[in-house]
Amino acid sequence: MSEPRFRSDAGSELDFEHIVRDNIAWMLAVAQRILNDRAIAEDAVQLAFTKIHRSLDGFEGRSSLKTWMHRFVVNEALMLLRKQKRKNEQPIDPLLPIFDDNGCRVDDPLIVSETSEDQLQSRQVRDLLNEKIDALPDQYRIVLVLRDIEGMSTSEVAEALDLSEANVKVRLHRARAALKKLLEPMMRGGAL
Amino acid sequence: MNKSPRSLKRRMHGVMFRFPGMITCNEFEDFILAYLEDELPPVKKRVFELHLRVCRSCRLYLAAYERTLAATKASREDYNELEASVPEDLIAAILAANKG
Repeated sequence: MSEPRFRSDAGSELDFEHIVRDNIAWMLAVAQRILNDRAIAEDAVQLAFTKIHRSLDGFEGRSSLKTWMHRFVVNEALMLLRKQKRKNEQPIDPLLPIFDDNGCRVDDPLIVSETSEDQLQSRQVRDLLNEKIDALPDQYRIVLVLRDIEGMSTSEVAEALDLSEANVKVRLHRARAALKKLLEPMMRGGAL
Repeated sequence: MNKSPRSLKRRMHGVMFRFPGMITCNEFEDFILAYLEDELPPVKKRVFELHLRVCRSCRLYLAAYERTLAATKASREDYNELEASVPEDLIAAILAANKG
């Protein structure tokens, strides 16, 4: 039986090895971001490629090849995440904004300074940011990762996590607010 | 009883935010996501923006929230940097498991 071949985004035919080599790096990065564990991320990528291999004939090119493969690796990583033991997670409430009895904000005002795109993308800022994202409780972290980093839509995240869209939005907003709180020392120091 | 200038200002804001067409900071918080995604109906958007004009705390809060969002979006890994770290034995295992 010959290796399955199918059309790439550019229209040329590719064999499976080509597909693996061209896509494994970003797929590992996606899985690692979701799972926070390199070894389990590699398992997720292996499982994803097995399903991709089986489904190659079903790829109709309605979405880009990368978008199609993205769903496989996200689904496998989420499956493995559900099987992992929950870490000792801190509640998110202490990281959320506080309001007084009149509904007025009581947080200390934070004035953000001008920051260039280059500064936001520096390795140091990215590492610190990843550390803070990893500190969020999983149920919030995962929504933020899929929505704000992986660029999935609210409905796609809702489907992948089996949540309502309203619930995704609530979790996303809380995750962003909590992350802002965790990043405040960096923002006050002008590093972000 | 707390009568610091900040708490007095908050109490005055608390009264003002109860005027018709105004919202509290707490209600403003609930609208942020929809506002940034341009999903607020016109009337709610006007109410949100009016609060933004009169409330410095929420202006500063929203600026920091947007900075957080921009940094998060910019944090996506540069996949080219990762290519060197893909172990060849992982590729070999995937290919071996999916032969034929």
